Amino acid sequence: MVTGVKKIVLWLMSTLTVVVLLFGYHTSTSSTSASAESSAVTPVGSGTSTSGGTSTSDGTGTGSSTGSSGSTVTGEAADTRWGPVQVQLTVTDGEITDVEVVEYPDGNRKDQQINARALPVLVQATLDAQSADVDMVSGATVTSEGYLESLQSALDQAGLS
Amino acid sequence: MGMPVSLAVRGPAGLPAVEAAWAAVVAELREVDRVFSRYRPDSVVSRLGRGELGLDDCPPEFAEVLALGARAEQESGGAFRVHRPGPDGALELDADGVVKGWAVQRAARHLADLPGTDFCLSAGGDLVCATADPGSPPWRIGIEDPHDPQRVLAVVPVTTGAVATSGTAHRGAHLVDARTGRPPTGVASVTVIADDLTWADLDATAAYAHGPGAADWLATRPGRTGLVVWADGTTTTIG
Repeated sequence: MVTGVKKIVLWLMSTLTVVVLLFGYHTSTSSTSASAESSAVTPVGSGTSTSGGTSTSDGTGTGSSTGSSGSTVTGEAADTRWGPVQVQLTVTDGEITDVEVVEYPDGNRKDQQINARALPVLVQATLDAQSADVDMVSGATVTSEGYLESLQSALDQAGLS
Repeated sequence: MGMPVSLAVRGPAGLPAVEAAWAAVVAELREVDRVFSRYRPDSVVSRLGRGELGLDDCPPEFAEVLALGARAEQESGGAFRVHRPGPDGALELDADGVVKGWAVQRAARHLADLPGTDFCLSAGGDLVCATADPGSPPWRIGIEDPHDPQRVLAVVPVTTGAVATSGTAHRGAHLVDARTGRPPTGVASVTVIADDLTWADLDATAAYAHGPGAADWLATRPGRTGLVVWADGTTTTIG
């Protein structure tokens, strides 16, 4: 830990790249998916050593649904960050088939800090991530299946500096 | 199948503190999965569907997510919906389009608690960025070329804010315009920069669902900037 540093920006380059795989998603080719996860922690940069670990676990299953058909229930109002919220659900044959929000707050939450209208700047010709000098990549949702081939994966492996 | 999550941090915090914050982020994302996953028979959503739980047994986050979905439906003119036809044609609840951005934004608070630390948390291509000091250099976020995901099409500097991209480059045609039930045409990807990943993600999805109207709709959204990449490779910057 470094303490007492004032105006001097002392970047230790303790950039950390971590990967974890969470959540199941539909894709066009698979309709159910397991919640698989693996995690690797790789600190990179000056003065740090590399440590890593990987673990994988799989859980699969779809719920067989039985249950009442066509019932509607209304919940108590819940306090949320956005204000009080009250919802009403309709459940048909074990699936939630309708949601009515009886009460919900207006207005977006105000954030404490606002980014200064950051605008995307097109690069001259499309570049690979190294040439574009980027820290992270935003793209259409990457799944764990697609991750290993993604630019973000390349960046994670190369480390960030 | 799952979603990769990457984290970059810079600053004086030691590795143990960062790893502890990371563990809290991961634990929270797993908890969200236990509540909202439609693929887990033991999730709150699944148990609610089977009538094993009542609404009042659900955590308050459940109502929060549903309310966000309702608001996004309204503000997108119906292009975005949290209901979609299931395999049997009946409507079923699919809150995934709300949960991801919301959950990652919420989990990022553990990183924001690290003193003096800049971070960039990415979940499947959507990011929450923060810099602790106004003088810190912004994170440089590359926007993937939907026509060649190995390449970067644009760069956006972000100090504190969120970036989300919707498109079909990696997952096939899974997004539909809820007004027609069909995949939108003419648009390859939409990237939205906003204060908060909850709304960056919702707006990217909703704009994408508008198809040819993506840029026009996004331009109506307060405080958002963005980039639309069209199917023909041309682009429109919003902001």
